[in-house]
Formats: sequence, structure tokens, C-alpha cells
Amino acid sequence: MDHILEVSQLTKTYNSGARALTVLSDINFSIKAGDKFSIVGSSGSGKTTLLGLCAGLDRASSGNVLLNGVSLSKLNEDERAAVRNQHVGFVFQNFQLLPTLTALENVMVPMELRGEKGIQKYAMELLDRVGLAKRHDHYPTQLSGGEQQRISIARAFSNRPKILFADEPTGNLDEETSQKIEDLIFQLNKEEGTTLVMVTHDMELAAKTDRIVRLKGGVILDDSLTNSPATE
Amino acid sequence: MAWRDARKSKARLFLFISSIVIGIAALVAINSFSDNLKNDINNQAKELLGADLELGSNDSTFNYAFVDTLDYEISYENSFASMVYFPKTQESRLVDVRALAGEFPYYGTIETEPIEAESTFRDGQAKALVDQSVMIQYGIELGDSIKVGQVTFKVEGSLISSPSQSFAATLVAPAVYIPMKYLNETGLVQRGSRVYYRRFYKFNDLPEDFDFEAQVEADEDTLRLSEIRVETIEERKEETGETFQNLANFLNLVAFVALLLGCVGVASAVHIYMKEKVKTVAILRCMGAKGRDAFQVFLIQIAVVGLIGSILGAFAGTLIQSVLPKVFADFLLVEVTLSLSWPSIIGGIVTGLFISVLFALSPLIAVRKASPLISIRGVESTSNTRDPLRWLVYAGIAVFIIGFAFVQMKDLQDSIVFTFAILVAFGFLGLVAKFFMWLVKKLFPSSWSYVWRQSLANLYRPNNQTLVLIASIGLGTALITTLYFIQGMLISQVEITTDENRPNMMVFDMQTYQKDGIAELAKSYDLPVLQEVPIVTMRLKSVNDTTYEQILADTTIERRGGIFRREWRVTYRDTLIESEKVVQGELRKVNTPNDSIFVSLEEDYATRNNIALGDKLVWDVQGVPITTYLGSTREIDWERVQTNFLALFPSNTLEPAPQFHVLITRVPSTEVGALFQRDVVKQYPSVSVIDIGLILNTVDDILDKIAFVIRFMALFSILTGLLVLVSSVILSKFQRIKESVLLRTMGGSKKQILTINSLEYFFLGSLASLSGILLALAGSWGLAFYSFDSTFIPNPLPMVVVFVSITSLTVVIGLLNSRGILSKPPLEVLRNEIQ
Repeated sequence: MDHILEVSQLTKTYNSGARALTVLSDINFSIKAGDKFSIVGSSGSGKTTLLGLCAGLDRASSGNVLLNGVSLSKLNEDERAAVRNQHVGFVFQNFQLLPTLTALENVMVPMELRGEKGIQKYAMELLDRVGLAKRHDHYPTQLSGGEQQRISIARAFSNRPKILFADEPTGNLDEETSQKIEDLIFQLNKEEGTTLVMVTHDMELAAKTDRIVRLKGGVILDDSLTNSPATE
Repeated sequence: MAWRDARKSKARLFLFISSIVIGIAALVAINSFSDNLKNDINNQAKELLGADLELGSNDSTFNYAFVDTLDYEISYENSFASMVYFPKTQESRLVDVRALAGEFPYYGTIETEPIEAESTFRDGQAKALVDQSVMIQYGIELGDSIKVGQVTFKVEGSLISSPSQSFAATLVAPAVYIPMKYLNETGLVQRGSRVYYRRFYKFNDLPEDFDFEAQVEADEDTLRLSEIRVETIEERKEETGETFQNLANFLNLVAFVALLLGCVGVASAVHIYMKEKVKTVAILRCMGAKGRDAFQVFLIQIAVVGLIGSILGAFAGTLIQSVLPKVFADFLLVEVTLSLSWPSIIGGIVTGLFISVLFALSPLIAVRKASPLISIRGVESTSNTRDPLRWLVYAGIAVFIIGFAFVQMKDLQDSIVFTFAILVAFGFLGLVAKFFMWLVKKLFPSSWSYVWRQSLANLYRPNNQTLVLIASIGLGTALITTLYFIQGMLISQVEITTDENRPNMMVFDMQTYQKDGIAELAKSYDLPVLQEVPIVTMRLKSVNDTTYEQILADTTIERRGGIFRREWRVTYRDTLIESEKVVQGELRKVNTPNDSIFVSLEEDYATRNNIALGDKLVWDVQGVPITTYLGSTREIDWERVQTNFLALFPSNTLEPAPQFHVLITRVPSTEVGALFQRDVVKQYPSVSVIDIGLILNTVDDILDKIAFVIRFMALFSILTGLLVLVSSVILSKFQRIKESVLLRTMGGSKKQILTINSLEYFFLGSLASLSGILLALAGSWGLAFYSFDSTFIPNPLPMVVVFVSITSLTVVIGLLNSRGILSKPPLEVLRNEIQ
């Protein structure tokens, strides 16, 4: 199977005053299309930075990210945005819904940014799949945390992404709701055949993916396959 | 704690208070300037008059018994309007000829260029000092000649200023000083000439603090009856102060409005700041802090930053103050010194501190009610509409505005009206904003493209600044536009002769024997004689047998004395001219010498002086009493270039009386006008010509200068408005970042995000400027109707200019502000601002 994401010799250094702080150093890995992949590590290990670089949300100091065959390091911000819009979905820890838009409108945003027409039906279908069709006209403030995250998952899948990046998707939710959200992500992932890249510090959740990369101090400590039932 | 919390927000806190800096700067600059001016007027009081006492009259033989008892030095000045002729350029101009004898001024100087000309022109030879504006206008240089009547004088110096001459007076009738001993030789003063006689006294044996005011007051009736005008140093000081006071009041209002805009900035900034700080407060409260403690933390922050802002403002104001004397140079009679005015500086700092705290209180008191739960649950409304303290704060603000307006205007009613107007303006803008948000929500155009919908939705997003931006930008726009409208209105009132067929030249002081010759001369230049009017000067002796003396003696009679004191210029004819129409009664002819004479008065003048149809009016026509009755009243359009008269006699009444004539014509060009004037003056030296075009040019000059002052002062409002705009927009950046970055993350292009932001700012800017213009239209109409007594016809050009500039400015500032967000990688911003 082809690789959807290839990371080679990736380094990220921040300049903090006179001192340079390297948060990621010489990271190499690749992910096959349809894989479920998790990045784990303690706070400050560089996992969110790595996710951001893989998704084209930031520029690496050196090295390269090949996303769906496109080298992100050669693209400017607008071109990277276009890649994200075409191929990438996001789920964030704190949901990140637009407060001025209803649930349905939030789901439609990525498609609208692409200028697609007649998208309402598909957006409603997605809302139905996350179980919130009846709440389509509610604003984010009128929804619970779990419901907001379900809307954000529906939004993430709305542009039929090839790869979904999830940053601690259950980090702000209680155990019961977390379980539901995890199930929903894996289910949609399977149905849509999307690749999943997830940052988490929850080892139980990571164990449900095919492969775990463990980061420490900005370098890969361990890269191993799991035997999770979810991988089957 | 206040300091520790502020450390991370220093930049933002300073931004909040920057509006205060400009407001206080304006206030301190103007107050310091006023203070210094007041001191200078006091210090230079004697120089203002140039003498201890000035007496003036139309009668050369006047006498004030009191001064004759004193030991004095005296100077004489006889002044009258006359044409002068410049042989070098062969041009003529109407000037105020001042023939001077004596050492006047005793205090201060007649300012001339070169300086010594002030004394050398008095060396006994035929030398003159000519107003510098005339010298520039006619290209006259030192040593050139000027012909006044029959005498040719050498131009010894250019006259820059002299005591008792204001800038405005010199523009209308610029002065030419000549030595008194040549006056008779000029041949200009003849019987019936209108000469004003002044005497300047310097007393040698009076104590320094002798109260002339009291003396003049005691002799008031005698002086009035003898028609002697008295000017004392104290009076001149007051007059100068009063003239300036009107200007100062206007300037203070401008500063006050700048300050008010600053207050809006403070209130909105603190409001948003506190929303961001609610979580901090909740955490403090979780840890056991009382609502009052949290309140104090932020109160101290605001007060400290307010104090710093005020000190900076006072410093800036002191610097700006040094520019003001230059701005007002043309209008000031005294030389203004530059010194620190501590009362103004301290007053400014205290006001700034007070305003910062007062206007921050409304958002601050919400902190007391912030629930500790917010720290756990994240979001909770901190609405405090039911908090009675909030109403107390509002009341405090209203009292402050009225109080401050009162301090500036010294009139309670005006202050209340002003405060009310400001509140109405804010209320209107608030309503417009609320209505607009409601309308957008209600009629949301779901079928529009995404960027349009997103930008519209942003207008009512949580923590939106629609109301604040519309109120601040709208009020700024309203003020600026009103200033433009009023300026336009004033200018349009004088632009009356642009019409091609209107008269533009007036020949007056023609004696009866000269009028035909001058009419012939006009015809030889192909100039039409549009009007030829005889004028007879007279005084009113009694109305219904009540004389001035009786009015003075009997205070129960309600009739103003002015009608008796004035010298009436009256004409006689049996028909109306196009600038007048009869309102009451009718024009009645005199056919036989035994007919009663029915005169006509101007309607308003008759009403003001309680004169009704049929009332008996006895006139003193140069010694001959003439009994008349009021036969009609007329409405007169004074703005037309016509010879209009308050009183009109019928024909067959005044023909034998001594009279002079006025001829009105229209010259096709300045050149023809100049040639005609030159010939008139050459052949008839005692006749005067007024070039109305020239007067209009000078009036335009004055208005330009006034407009410059108004614009300079409006700059304070504009600057504060801009600052409020900038700070509001910068503050709203924090609201906008989240959306922009999210859209960016989901693949939104730079163009899409810029379009969304531009459209949002466009909606805000255009709505605010439009509301402001509407307010300005209402305000200007009100001012036109109540204050200027004129009809307000709005000029669409300034409206379009203001609308386009304010809207574009809002969009540009908004976009400049978003630029930073777009150039940064989304992850960096997401981490900084969201997590």
C-alpha cells in the first residue's frame, strides 16, 4: 500500500531569545493509507508540534513532510491551506467550533471554503451519523462538550479527508463521553477509509490504533505496531 | 496582586488608556493656552488700549468735564473711510484713514516694519503708515507714494498692528496712518463728512489703581447724552477677554468631546479586558478572594494606568500648547507667552484619572459578581443589569458630563442641553447598532456565499464590538461632518455675488452735484447704473412723544435707547425694490406739502422696538424736526447686494435735505473695476468706492483662517476617534483570531479570510459613518435653525467624502490588524491564543 504520510529528518527549533530550543529532532516515519497511528508522550515531548508539522499547520526548521505525495516544505501558507482543505480533517481537544454558526453551518464550513454547492444534504447526513441531526440549528454554546466534539468530528469528515488528525480528542471529556467519541472516530474512520493520526497521552486509546510512536524530548523513543482489536 | 496581574497585559492596558492621553492632551493644551492668554491680557492691559483712557465721538467738539480737571497728556486721532490712490500701480482702494497727532500710544507700540517707522512717520513730513495687507495686495513698497485726497504721502512703513485694531477690522477697512497736520490739506474732511474723533489720554497725577470704571458709570447718563464713547483699560481688557472667551468655550467643547470619545474608548476597552479577565477573577475567588478584593485589583490597575495616561496626556498637551498661539495668531490682540500652567496640568491629570476610573467602573463592577464556578465550567454570563450599583455609575457619568460641561460653558441650561444631545447621539447610535444586529439575524441571507454570511454573522458573534465600534466611529463622524456642514453654511452665506448679474461695485459718499458726473463716467466704461440712491442722515427724536431723555429718566418705560442713539441713514422713494416686501400696512405717497408723512420700517426692527402702525415718529434731520407716522413695515433680504434701509421715507419729503448718494453697478472684470475706481478717485477724491468682490475675497480669507482653526481643533476629535477606532479594532483582533485561525486550519485561503474581515469592517465602518452623517444632518439642521437663523441645505460632497474616508479607514485599519494573524503559521497562533 502507498504511503499517505512520509516524514523524513524532521527537525523543529524555536528561537527563544538568544537560545535555540529544539523541540523535535530528526524525526523519520511513514504511514500507509488507511492506517491508524498514534503519537504518545508526556507533556512537552513535542507530540502536538509533530502533529502540526504533519498537517501543514507549521513549517519545519529542516526535513520534509510528504502528505499524499505533496512536499509541504515547498508550499506557502495558502498552498498548504489548500492541501488541508482537500485532504485533511481535524479534531481538536477543545472542539474549536465557530461560535457564530449553528451545528449544521459548522459542519458545512470546509465544503463552503472549497466553494461546493448543494452541500446541506450531505452535512445533515453527517450530523445524523454522529447522532445530532435534531440539534442541527443549535449554536455551540447550546451544546454539551460531548455534543460539540461530535459536531467537530462530523465537520472533520465533511470534506471526505484522506487523513484525519486528532489532537487529544477526548482530553476534555468525561470517561463515558470519551468512549462514545472514540467509537465514533474509529467507526467513521473505518467507513470512510480515512487514515488516522492521533496525538494522545491516553495509552489505552493509543493501544486501539495500529501503531504507536512514543516521543520523548523531541526524539522518537519507540515506534511499534500494536495488536489492537481495532486494527482488525 | 494588581501589579502582578497587569504585567502580562501592560501593552493592552496602555492601549486602553491611550485615548485618555489625547483627550487630556487636548484639554491641557487648551486650558494652558487660555490661562496664559488670560494672564497676558491682564499683564498687557495697558498696551491693549495704548492709553489710560480713550474718548470717542462723531462730534469734534465733544467734551468730558471730568478729565479736564486732571493733569494729562493727550493725542488725537480723526478717522474716516476714504479712497486712497497708489500712483505706482494707478490703483485705488477704500481704507480707514487715521490722522494722528500726539504721542499715542503711551503704552505699547504701533507695530511697524521697519520698527522705527512708528516714530519717523511723525517727523513732520508727509509720511504714512500703510496696512501691510494693502501693501502686499497692491505691491506697494517702502518709499512708494500713496495719495490721500490732495496730498501725496511717502510710505514710511508697513503697519502690522496698533492698539485698538483687531485683525478682522483691518481686513474690512485696512488702516492708513497719516500725520494730523496734513488732514486739512487732503481736502477730504468737509461739512457732513463722517469722521470719528478719538482722544487718547495719559494721566500724570492719578493713582495707579484709580477706578475709571466707577467714574464712567457715575457719568454714564451725561456721556450718553453727549454721545461720547468711553473706553477704559478695564473695559478693553474685558472686551478682549470676552472675545476670547467665546473662542475658548468653543475650544473647550472640542477638547471635551475629544475627551468624551476617549471615555468611550476606555469604557469599551475595559469592558473587553474584563471579559478576558473573568477567568482570573474566578480563580481568585475559588481561592477565597472576595468580590471586592478582585474589584480592587482591577480598579488599582485601571487607576494606575489612567494616571500614567493622564500624565503623558498633560505632557503632550503642554507641548501642543506651544503651537496654539501660532494657530490663533491672526485673532489675538496680545502676545501670548508660553509658560507652564500648573493649574491646567494638575486639573488635566485629575480629570484624566477621574475619567479613567469613572468610565471603567461600569464594566469593573461586574467583577464583584463573577462566580468562582467559571473557573470550573469555563463559560458563564456575568451580566449585571440588575446590579443597582451600575445605575449609580451611570448617574455618576451623567452628573460628570453635565458638571464638566458646566465648568466649560458656565451655563447650566446649555450644559444640560449639551449632555442631553450627547446622550441622544449615543442612544441613537446604540439603537442603530442593536437594530442592525437584530436585522442581520432576522433576515440572515442564507443563500449568500459563505464569506458574506460569515462576515455578517461576525457582527453578532459573542463578544462582538458592533455596538462599541458603531458608537465611537459614529460619534466621531457626526462631529467631523457637523463641523464641515457649519463651515459650508457660513461660507455659503457670503457667496452671494457669484451670480453674474449681481451688482459688485458700490460708489458712495457722492454729493448731489457729483452724482450725474459719476453716472456719466460709469456709462463711459459701459457700466450699468443698477441703482442710484439718495441717502439722508438723521436721528430719531421721539416715539409717540417719548424722547431719549425721558427714557433715561424714567426706568419704567420699556423702550430701548438704541433707536435714539443710532445715526439713521434713510432714503426716499415710493416703490419697493426687489430685496424687500411690505408685511403690514402700505407705502403711502405724499402729494401735497400738507399731507402727513407715513414712513416704513423694517418689520423685525419695528417689532423689537415696540413700534406699531400709526405710531408717531419725530426725526431730527440735521437740525430740522420732521413728524412722521409708521405707515408700513417691510421684510428685507439683507443678504442681497442692494442698498437696504431700516427706514424708508416717501418721495417729496427729504429732497431739500443735505444728502449724499450711492451708485451701484456691476463691473465685468477686476481690471475694468480698477480703472473705473482710479478715474472716480482722480476726479472725485472725496467719493468712496467699495469693491464687493474684494470684500468677499477678504471675507473668504477670514473664513479660511477660521476654518483652519476649526479644522485644527477638530483634529483632536478626529485623532481621538481614530485612536478609539484603532484600539477597538485591535481589541477585537483577539476575538477574530480564533475564527481566522480555525478557518485557516480547515483550509481557508488568505483571500477568503481577508474578504470576510474586510466585509465585516466594511459593514461596521459604513453603518457607523452613515449613522454619524445622519446625526450630523440633524445636528446641523438644528444649529442652522436655532443658532444661525439660516436654512440648511446639506452639501452632498462632504457627506460622500466622510462616508468613503471613514469606511475605508475602518477597513484599512482592520485589515492591517489582521495581517499579523495571516502571516503566522496556524499552529503558532492556535497554541498562543487558544490553548
